[in-house]
Amino acid sequence: MSQPPLLDVRNLQVEFKLKNGTVRAVDNVSFQVNRGEFLSIVGESGCGKSVTALSIMKLLPKRVAEIKADYVKFDGQDITNLSENEMRKIRGRRMSMIFQEPMTSLNPVLTIGDQLTEPLITHLEMSEEEANNRAIELLNMVGIPEPEKRLTQYPHQFSGGMRQRVMIAIGLACEPDLIIADEPTTALDVTIQAQILELLKDICNRLGVAIIMITHNLGVVAAYADKVNVMYAARIVEKGGASEIFGKPSHPYTIGLLRSVPRMDKKRGGRLATIEGLPPNLMAPPSGCRFKPRCPMAADTCDSSPELKERSKGKNHFTACFYSDEANKKGASIYVSDKDKFKPIKVKKDKPVLSVRGLKQHFGVSFRSGWLSSVSGTVKAVDDISFDVYPGETVGLVGESGCGKTSVGRAILHLNLPTGGELKFNEKELNQKSVALVRQDMQVIFQDPFSSLNPRMTIGQILEEPLKVHKIETDEVARLKRVSELLTKVGLYPYMRDRYPHELSGGQRQRVGIARALCMEPKIIICDEPVSALDVSVQAQIINLLEDLQRELGIAYLFIAHDLAVVKHISHKVIVMYLGKVMEIGDSDTIYGEPKHPYTKALLDAAPIPDPNIERGREKIILKGELPSPLNPPKGCVFSSRCNFVTEDCRKASPELVDFDNNHLAACINIEGGK
Amino acid sequence: MLAYTIRRILLVIPTLLAVAVLVFFVLRVVPGDIVEIKLAAEGGIISAEEIQKEKERLGLDDPIMVQFYKYMIGLPRGDLGISLWTENNVSEEIMSRIGLSFELAILSTILAVLIAFPLGTISALYRGSILDYVIRIITIGGIAVPSFWFGMLLIMLILATFGNLPPLGTISIFDDPKTNLYQMIWPALSVGYRYSSVVARMLRSSILEVLSEDYIRTARAKGVFERIVIVKHGMRNALLPTVTVIGLEFAFLLGGLVVTESVFNLNGIGKLFVDSVVRNDLNLLQGLVLTVATGFVLVNLIIDLLYAALDPRIRYQK
Repeated sequence: MSQPPLLDVRNLQVEFKLKNGTVRAVDNVSFQVNRGEFLSIVGESGCGKSVTALSIMKLLPKRVAEIKADYVKFDGQDITNLSENEMRKIRGRRMSMIFQEPMTSLNPVLTIGDQLTEPLITHLEMSEEEANNRAIELLNMVGIPEPEKRLTQYPHQFSGGMRQRVMIAIGLACEPDLIIADEPTTALDVTIQAQILELLKDICNRLGVAIIMITHNLGVVAAYADKVNVMYAARIVEKGGASEIFGKPSHPYTIGLLRSVPRMDKKRGGRLATIEGLPPNLMAPPSGCRFKPRCPMAADTCDSSPELKERSKGKNHFTACFYSDEANKKGASIYVSDKDKFKPIKVKKDKPVLSVRGLKQHFGVSFRSGWLSSVSGTVKAVDDISFDVYPGETVGLVGESGCGKTSVGRAILHLNLPTGGELKFNEKELNQKSVALVRQDMQVIFQDPFSSLNPRMTIGQILEEPLKVHKIETDEVARLKRVSELLTKVGLYPYMRDRYPHELSGGQRQRVGIARALCMEPKIIICDEPVSALDVSVQAQIINLLEDLQRELGIAYLFIAHDLAVVKHISHKVIVMYLGKVMEIGDSDTIYGEPKHPYTKALLDAAPIPDPNIERGREKIILKGELPSPLNPPKGCVFSSRCNFVTEDCRKASPELVDFDNNHLAACINIEGGK
Repeated sequence: MLAYTIRRILLVIPTLLAVAVLVFFVLRVVPGDIVEIKLAAEGGIISAEEIQKEKERLGLDDPIMVQFYKYMIGLPRGDLGISLWTENNVSEEIMSRIGLSFELAILSTILAVLIAFPLGTISALYRGSILDYVIRIITIGGIAVPSFWFGMLLIMLILATFGNLPPLGTISIFDDPKTNLYQMIWPALSVGYRYSSVVARMLRSSILEVLSEDYIRTARAKGVFERIVIVKHGMRNALLPTVTVIGLEFAFLLGGLVVTESVFNLNGIGKLFVDSVVRNDLNLLQGLVLTVATGFVLVNLIIDLLYAALDPRIRYQK
């Protein structure tokens, strides 16, 4: 270990000069990365993790960002004062970056080949032909089939996962020493995420490239990182080896972060530990320890800033907390109180509140395919799906994007008219006419808390509107009272009535969305990805809120989400969908504990568990390829094209759902023991 | 690209056909009668018989469907009928004027692009600098000042500098390019100032927008030269909305500039338009509208093709 570190950052500080003040987005951050090492920077949005990465590459807009540091040494050379041109020679050549949004990070008007050969021609002065050959090699390496043909294509002809592969190829083109990956898989499905991360890790291991991975996904960190930096409000609060951070977290924030994520490897039951409140506004950060306002252990001492201190000599585990020993000892118990322990509600299964039989949602599509001809076909977004939801029950609906889970929700609400099947609400048939009568009883919460509230209406007006429209509360005073009650119920304050949506945080807006759904006193709420746009600590708050409301009011939820751990935590029953069909359906614990269908198994394998010991020990089946076009699904079993256990018979006919035991059904002909 | 081009060109035919039909019928709804205006202008007492006779001679007493039939039959041959006022061939009348309007449009576009591109680009790249503010004041001036007034200032400027004005009367560019250009450059400048301002402002905002895109950051992260980042990655994307503005402005100029034409005493389409409306000369008017509409459709076709050339997403459109 006598070799100097590849990257050595000492007291990095980044300030943004804005019209209404200065924001210190990164505050005295120091860390090191050795050659071939995998460092992960975790934290919630706005904590400064991306800014740290961009400032190392010096990619922040110079007009507003001011970067200061004692030094930033890259391979022994201090790069803080390098000129733009000297820095340019390092970028893409010796350190490169992979960005979060594969959809927008490639130039739409240039070919993939053009964008991939650019760094080769610029830095390595290759001829066009050499660069092309190298580009083909690179595309092969990142697993893109038919690279020669793909080089002449444009980004819009690639899927999201494929684009991210191209980004990795661009990053690796000049064989750099360091790759900075900023949330590289956040926009992708779990199965694709697993493919991309495995690929990145594998290639970097082989080539000895160091990686800095910025992410909010603790599972990803547990699976791959050697070292972890935990950031909160522009500072590093804890850093150390992955096993220390996950095994012996000693900063209350790290502990809270780890505890607020639902976990797939734990039995259901109990509330999630939540960190109350919100991260501070960096325009005017609290003095002293920045976590103090949210910390359950805060004391007077915390009014001064704690230094990052090594916990025990030589362990390289640093924490910035006066009470780190105590925090370490107590662990998660600092967040949990008695009211958090409860048994999951038992659902009475006599009369379903919603009954779905053979639901179909087919869309006719037609598009041009060249010379004046056009092709038309049918997308079977939802194809023959049946399930029941009982009062007080949560039914989870999971699957990759494009599997039709959102279409199920929309069809039930008649936002799209279902093309087949039977829907019953409280044993009364639902159709285009009768749906108007039960609209009050069926409410919906949407994914995006930013765009689903009208920006020109106050929170009070938004909540009042349905009460007026449905003539539930005609008296104005009573209505106001009702609105205040609703706000209190979802954990907001009555005075927020007069605020506009943009004055609230994402989590608060989602609470308004829940209040809006609640004000009709519904029997069932369709939740379409209600927490996927939120940070983990806020996500836990919202999940707890939904569960509390269910216990109190007996509402049923149809919970549509792609995060398997969240679905496991909140659902009594889980439905796994693929290309419009049900693959497996059963009790939450059964599905997660003893999955039968190969697709369910692969999905579970792809989702990382935030514990390095479990994560690195388990064997994974990683799905190959991507979701086939829904216009042209595989013959027979729709999953056959990606299934690792596919046989000849699978392609002959679409498998029926077979009952295994206790309402646990799976649609696969290769599972033993079906009744 | 070929398939797209052919499809796009074939689409022009039904569009023009619809325009032709619409123009014919809409103009017949307009009240007023050319024969009465014409005879009234000649003075004296007009009898109903005379009016009837004149109408018969001009074919105006035919049933409307017969008139429509004659009009549609003429179109493919480029026969737009005769002017009801001067009784000259409409096509010839328009052709004698369109050249000038067309030349004016092209000259202004060239000037506008030459001025707008450097201004817009500099303004965007040095956003917030004094240079940017100066450029933005100049361009907002171009939009605020009416072209004809700027034209009058220009005339005074020419008088003050050269002591005389360019010769009157139309001189073809093919006969005497130097004099022609000397004549035309002034009106082109007066129109081109406004034109360039619109384009420069559009270019500035689209460059700024493009430069904040993720793929620009990607390009910088690759270590590409800043010059290449801006020209290759930025400009091509920023051109898309700018091309639209240029095309629309160009098509607008084809329709003639009534006031600018009179300020510079030019015999363009604009004057003919006004005359035909005042005189209720239906044949001439419908010929003019049809010509201008064709210009619009063709310019739009060119914009679409340019778009496809610049943006592969459109080329491979489903």
